[in-house]
Amino acid sequence: MEILQQLLNALPGSISQGLIWGIMAIGVYITYRVLDVADLTVDGSFATGGVVAVILILNGWNLWLSMLMAFIAGLLTGAITGLLHTLMGIPPILAGILTQLSLYSINLKILGKANQSVNVNQTDLLVSLRWVRELAFHNPLITVGIVVVILIGILYWFFGTEMGCGLRATGANLNMSRAQGINTSFNKVLGIMLSNGLVAFAGAFLAQYQGFADVKQGQGAIVIGLAAVIIGEAIFGKIFKNFALRLLSVVLGSIVYYIVVQTVITLGLDANLLKLLSAVIVAIFLAIPYWKREYKAKHMTKNKGGKVNA
Amino acid sequence: MLDIKNVEKTFNPGTINEKKALNGINLHLDEGDFVTVIGGNGAGKSTMLNMVAGVYPVDCGNIVIDGFDVTRLPEYKRAKYLGRVFQDPMTGTAADMQIEENLALAARRGKTRLLRVGITAKERKEYKELLKILDLGLEERLTAKVGLLSGGQRQALTLLMATLKKPKVLLLDEHTAALDPKTAKKVLDITEEIVQKNNLTTIMITHNMADAIRVGNRLIMMNNGKIIFDVSGEEKKKLTVADLLEKFKISAGEELNNDRILLS
Repeated sequence: MEILQQLLNALPGSISQGLIWGIMAIGVYITYRVLDVADLTVDGSFATGGVVAVILILNGWNLWLSMLMAFIAGLLTGAITGLLHTLMGIPPILAGILTQLSLYSINLKILGKANQSVNVNQTDLLVSLRWVRELAFHNPLITVGIVVVILIGILYWFFGTEMGCGLRATGANLNMSRAQGINTSFNKVLGIMLSNGLVAFAGAFLAQYQGFADVKQGQGAIVIGLAAVIIGEAIFGKIFKNFALRLLSVVLGSIVYYIVVQTVITLGLDANLLKLLSAVIVAIFLAIPYWKREYKAKHMTKNKGGKVNA
Repeated sequence: MLDIKNVEKTFNPGTINEKKALNGINLHLDEGDFVTVIGGNGAGKSTMLNMVAGVYPVDCGNIVIDGFDVTRLPEYKRAKYLGRVFQDPMTGTAADMQIEENLALAARRGKTRLLRVGITAKERKEYKELLKILDLGLEERLTAKVGLLSGGQRQALTLLMATLKKPKVLLLDEHTAALDPKTAKKVLDITEEIVQKNNLTTIMITHNMADAIRVGNRLIMMNNGKIIFDVSGEEKKKLTVADLLEKFKISAGEELNNDRILLS
């Protein structure tokens, strides 16, 4: 009973974090699912978003303008990875790792040190974990919730435009795209940029939410993003077919992830094992479709009555 | 309409895998020409089409489409002038996208893609009418994912996409080879219908000699990266499969070697 009480108490915080990471996971969805590229830049760009936003906020910038600049900084990090891949022929995973590594130095330079706090009592912020229980507009559940809905709306519109369709086609079939006059290199860069823009935007939210920016903020972010995408698809994949709903399922997947994490911590799991747990969950979910195919293939041969080793 | 001038291409030059794929190809197509291409394995048929399409750069020579020298244009820019159907039905369409989305992508070939809506209501109606012509029941499945279609349906759709915006040249690379005989015939019938209706300049590679003779107004035979036989008009109509095999033997000095060739 006590544990249940603890869980319920922690629920608003879990959902807020889930929403913020959900924006990040939408970014991962754009590269991993739409563009069919596994982009590891996000571990760096997530921190970049937080770092840029916190520095600008501390310098007295308008909050939303700071968020916009974090988004633009994210676009730039994506552009680097995209160009490393398309102009220099570096495989996308490696290109992402290179950018991610260089961003560690860049983030340190922007921040001037490894972490920097922003105290919500002294500085005006968009979201803060102190407000998760308040019945007010600045409650992160409401603020981030509204932003998520707006973002999904914009992305739904964008991926329905000629440019957005070209981006989707690039992810679906490179040969066909070029044969239909689509500049696939441009679209790859555009997709990776958009993805990292969203990731940095989420990073800017998270830094405010937790009250500090940290150059290590993005460590393992890609795994959490993938977990959200995969959990969302596993739970809602059958009912959510529409593109906007699929983006929503990614956000819901992220929320589920954080509720699960909160639950296992409340149940007494050593918090140091969290990243291991995340990696195991993602590995299993990535393996399931493969196992399903293998299992089916085996059964098909049996049903046809052929010899096993024939 | 199309000029291929002295085009040469060697793959993996200077290595043990060096392969001279095109050995000085010259070909001129008038508007409305429908050329069928036959030849053995590794004769350079697909390479020739890929050179026109810009999949790889040429070593030397020029490709001129309707007066524009496109030799230096990248593949996606040349697409403005070209319609293409590939041998593999998976190549020509995006499986994860809807039938109407695939058509809408094709309708914008050669145009700058900006933030206008990707497919309009008016287009949807047009596509429905166009798909009726194929007579494959696709007009009722506009929002179905292309991945759900059969190989023949996908090739027919690709053909429609390739010709949705009238191309200067239509390139067909053994586009019926992966289909069963009945479906292959159907797709070839649709091809002839579309080409005739739009008076399209067409190059079609085929492994079926009878088709090569029956379809189109001109036939070329390739061997070792060269065009060894070029026939058109009445002379082409009078050809038989036996004639072609004989011609090949005389010109190439060896038996025609193509593991997919069909004599029927």
